[in-house]
Amino acid sequence: MSGLSIENLSMRFDIPGGGSVQALQNINLHLKEGELMSVLGPSGCGKTTLLNIVAGFLAPTEGKIVMNGHDVVGPAAERGMVFQQGALFEWMNVRENVGFGPRMKGMPKYDMAEKVDHLLEVVGLKDFKDKAVYELSGGMQQRVALARCLANDPDVILMDEPLGALDALTREKMQSLVLKLWKETGKTIILITHSVEEALLLGERLLVMAPRPGRIHKEYRLPFADLGVNADLREVKKHADYNSTREEILNMIWNMEEEIMGRAEESA
Amino acid sequence: MIPALIYLAIFGISFAVVYTIRARRGRNDFTARKTVTFGDESAVAPDRAASIFSVITIFLLWGIFTGSSLVPGWLHMPGPFAGVAEFDYTARNADGDTDTATVTVLVHPIDQKPEPLEVDPGDGWAKNDNALVGIWRSGLVRVDRNDDFTRDDGAEVIEVNGQPISPGGEVRTDFGRIAMSPKGTLNVEPAKGWQMEPIWLPSPEAVFARLTEIAQEGFRGSTLWEHVGYSLMRVIVGFFFGALVGIPLGYAMGLSNWFRGWFDPIVEFMRPVPPLALIPLVIIWAGIGEAGKIILLFLAALWIMAIAARAGVSGVKISKVHAAYSLGASKWQVMRYVIVPNSLPELFTGARVAMGVCWGTVVAAELVAAEQGAGMMIMVASKFQNTDIVIMGIIMIGVIGFGIDVLMRMAERWLVPWKGRG
Repeated sequence: MSGLSIENLSMRFDIPGGGSVQALQNINLHLKEGELMSVLGPSGCGKTTLLNIVAGFLAPTEGKIVMNGHDVVGPAAERGMVFQQGALFEWMNVRENVGFGPRMKGMPKYDMAEKVDHLLEVVGLKDFKDKAVYELSGGMQQRVALARCLANDPDVILMDEPLGALDALTREKMQSLVLKLWKETGKTIILITHSVEEALLLGERLLVMAPRPGRIHKEYRLPFADLGVNADLREVKKHADYNSTREEILNMIWNMEEEIMGRAEESA
Repeated sequence: MIPALIYLAIFGISFAVVYTIRARRGRNDFTARKTVTFGDESAVAPDRAASIFSVITIFLLWGIFTGSSLVPGWLHMPGPFAGVAEFDYTARNADGDTDTATVTVLVHPIDQKPEPLEVDPGDGWAKNDNALVGIWRSGLVRVDRNDDFTRDDGAEVIEVNGQPISPGGEVRTDFGRIAMSPKGTLNVEPAKGWQMEPIWLPSPEAVFARLTEIAQEGFRGSTLWEHVGYSLMRVIVGFFFGALVGIPLGYAMGLSNWFRGWFDPIVEFMRPVPPLALIPLVIIWAGIGEAGKIILLFLAALWIMAIAARAGVSGVKISKVHAAYSLGASKWQVMRYVIVPNSLPELFTGARVAMGVCWGTVVAAELVAAEQGAGMMIMVASKFQNTDIVIMGIIMIGVIGFGIDVLMRMAERWLVPWKGRG
């Protein structure tokens, strides 16, 4: 079976000093090839834990991840990851960073150079090939991170708040870039974000998670990602359903936060 | 006290002068426009003019207190009295008769032994005397020895230059001080001035002359370069082996619970033990030869490098390691392409510290016992009160230590330009 399946996933771990945390409870999900799913939720809902399990950095206590018919047991090149800032290798220049995956696989130098050049052109950094990554702005660094991930040609791209540290304008440009890359490459993408707007604009599917225990609260299927490809995202925001969906999700998350605060106050 | 006051005065005056000139010229860079500079670390940079004045001041003070020819003579502090001094003494014999005679003292440089001056004995029963006293020294003069009535006849000196003197007392003269011992002998002490005697502090040019002399003729059977070379060789070999063992050890401690648990007590115990405290044990075990010194420096560098490597590994951002694994890197590749380069800045910092500690330790070890080496040179020289060699050695040790640090920093900038910019 192609695609990515999350089956009966639960995650629970002991905390030092006694007690345990139920980070995730019984998550079931299937992603078809080429789907873009954004994941939203208040802090502590386990969205990053979920992503780390899918990436293979964490082993779940129950359930499993099945990818293209085999179980996920650890990180692999088929599941690429784009982190929030600071995951580039500052001892390598832009070209070496993008070429890291192919180099690890032992791709011939010539093919690698061609691939790197192409990807840098796609993300708009072809003039910055030989720059050190610390000389680039935050937005450019994330473009490098995207290119580095794509250079490895993964089946699934996992994004952990990749645009979280960028300013609003850069962020909007990067959102368009993510949509463009998604359409052009046809990759399956899971995008974790704490921005409701970003989740709405980029998520073909949108998953709202609830905390304690971390679980799927509601799932949406949205038209905005398809509309946003090759279009101005600000135009998409004028869509009739956009504002109402946004308000609905904001309320949902707002209530979850209130509930957490209430529980905290009760126990205090 | 006086040097300290002069130093403070130059500090203050040069500050005032430089700032007045600067204020006239007017600066308009960004820092100059800052109104909050007290507490803004980025607004504080070493003032190069101050550095230059600082170095000049040190040499100036050194020069004026040693009578250096590098400093114009009018700046010199008063020197010691030299040349011919005269004073009169009045003696009284047992009968109560008094007579006065003159003592001529030749105050001569201490490294010369001139002939005493010819003196006419003069009239009366008290005869004129002569004496030799070295500069910075004092000398006992038995003025009654050639008199007709000596101390044994009951004569005694009662006045010097017309001022009364008694055993234990003293009289000041234009050239210094004359004191009387409890037995009645005069002690002539020419003024010492404010300059330092070369055996305590030689002048800068004397130190430099000694440097050229030792550079050409060597010291204790080895040339200067051999002494320095031996010290450097010990540092480099000791550091090399320390790094060779320490870095893998640190990596292992950063990557494995068992290694960290096993070596933590050892490293944490050895870290606060100053390498100097190991010198006696190393000498007992390995003797005073090269092996002992290299073992000592190996131990000095080992823990520093192990801790630096451990910190370098622990300091790697987990997202970088995760990124490398999801890009398909194997464990070995993560080590080679992520953990090692990520730890390089820490390793360089450690290496700089280790080289500094090793350099200090080698000098100390050579002070204790060595055939060659910079430390041995100053230790042997100090036993013969060759202060010029001692000072030359100290300056050389400082310059070399500083040079090592500068080289390490240059290597750092060249090899790990990304330091602190992740």
